[in-house]
Amino acid sequence: MTYEELLIQTALEDERIVVMTAENRALVRSAPKVLGNRFIDTGITEQTMVGMAAGLALRGRIPVVHALAPFLTMRAYEFIRTDVGIANLPVKLSGYIPGFLSDGNGPTHQSIEDVAIMRGIPGMEVYAPADEDDGVKMLGHIWSSPSPAYTRINHKKGVYEHAPYRPGQAEIVAEGKDVTLLVYGFLFENAYRTRELLEREGLSVGLVNMRSLKPVDEEAIVRAVVGSAHLVTIEDHLQTGGLYSIVAEVLLRRRLVADVVPLSLGERWFRPGLLNQVLETEGFTPEKMTKTIVSKINSVSYAK
Amino acid sequence: MMTKTELESLRSTALRVREHIIRMSEGGGCFIGASLSCVELMVYCYARVIRRDKDRPADPDRDYLFLSKGHDVPALYGTFAEMGLMDASRLGNHLSTADSIYWHPNRNIPGVEFHSGSLGHLPAVAAGVALDCRLRQGDNRVVVITGDGELNEGSVWETILVANAYGLDNLTILVDRNQFQANIRTEELVPLEPLADKFEAFGCFVSRVDGHEFGQLEKAFSERSPQGKVRVIIADTVRGKGLPSIEARADRWFCSFTAAEVAQLLGELHGNTAASLESKTLVVR
Repeated sequence: MTYEELLIQTALEDERIVVMTAENRALVRSAPKVLGNRFIDTGITEQTMVGMAAGLALRGRIPVVHALAPFLTMRAYEFIRTDVGIANLPVKLSGYIPGFLSDGNGPTHQSIEDVAIMRGIPGMEVYAPADEDDGVKMLGHIWSSPSPAYTRINHKKGVYEHAPYRPGQAEIVAEGKDVTLLVYGFLFENAYRTRELLEREGLSVGLVNMRSLKPVDEEAIVRAVVGSAHLVTIEDHLQTGGLYSIVAEVLLRRRLVADVVPLSLGERWFRPGLLNQVLETEGFTPEKMTKTIVSKINSVSYAK
Repeated sequence: MMTKTELESLRSTALRVREHIIRMSEGGGCFIGASLSCVELMVYCYARVIRRDKDRPADPDRDYLFLSKGHDVPALYGTFAEMGLMDASRLGNHLSTADSIYWHPNRNIPGVEFHSGSLGHLPAVAAGVALDCRLRQGDNRVVVITGDGELNEGSVWETILVANAYGLDNLTILVDRNQFQANIRTEELVPLEPLADKFEAFGCFVSRVDGHEFGQLEKAFSERSPQGKVRVIIADTVRGKGLPSIEARADRWFCSFTAAEVAQLLGELHGNTAASLESKTLVVR
């Protein structure tokens, strides 16, 4: 099942659902034909679309709202925070081509702060499915919750078959004594392959697909801290406000100390280009991540 | 007025820019339709409107051109290559992380005044530049090229209100009116017409021309805007202009073609047989 098939099926079963877009139809090409006037394309008007979504939600609708992730989260940010957030309305935001998925578009299209800014809105839930299969398993729950939600969409098919989704819980793919990789969204697959390479190096490696970043599965993080010597957070996001920050908040809250290696974009926009080249240049291929992780944890071990 | 030789020269430059655009649609692709619609606008502005010394790129007395519809990188850089602002061989670095030639303009490319990609930003940036030129009593001309789908964004209209409030008659908004949003006709989604009336009601001095006719562009750009009025030139264009297999096709927005298709399209541009296009068109950006 695809994102679009799930959305249409859900909308056909629940007439409260309306599908909106600011002229980005990539995820919802067949929706106009099937949903008729419950498909609303406002043109290139992200702010107006979100304001209208709040109005529709006031009337009992559940708008599922689409645009490229940077324009959805940033162009319309104050409308999301003020009209959707303050009113705590069930508006469901689907951000397309977040993070590295914007490949050759350049910094204007790089949504690499979306987790930070969206989780900064009180009551807003933040999700990042690993791939299409993971998304299809999660989105039914996301859309049926009474809260506003932002989903960082990865529309690509993955090779891994994910476990059923339990609200608020991470997917623990593997546990390991030496290192645990914490990852969300598009980078899941490369993290999965990184884990295989690290195991070949003789390490015992865990892998956690975070799935929900807010609320976050604190127990999964704590289990990783207690069970393995090192954590690695992997994200196509700035270092500030993303998973690395989330883990730091959990550690502080639980009064825990851990060695955490952040693999993130630090504080930079990434070099635009074809996706595979971007991953190579930015050091997010399985081979490059493996090399970085091995060298980081070795330097920590020697320091001890 | 332009001489016949000048006109011929502009036309042959435009043809070569179209060749660059077609080549940039290979292997990763580009926004080919929107690039082809604005070739004459770009070539005309850089050849006849924008006064700038390429050896003094930071000259505060230069004229400014801002490309707000950022999809037109191949047309912009193709024009740069033809005007001697960029080595044409560099266009071959399209989508390499080792260079900065990607789908939207950025200031790592000499000649680009500002980055774009998020629509509805550069009218405001251009208004800021135009305001400062006015404050310093400069006679700089500031041109900003927008798309027509881009006019959906409220920020464009806010800028026009403010720019007219400040009497920025040194600011020209050049609209590439190619009739398309990304994948749908403007008039079928959020109708813009009567567009000239809208700009006039907002206080602008408006003319409407055929955006592929250099003579009409020359006439519009030589008219002085009445005191204090923002200049708007609506250039009616055809998306995909020059390639019948792409012209006015909603599904030929962003295309990634094979080498063989590029060769056929170059033939089509020069009036030979029509290209047969098999590549799956990407329409998701």
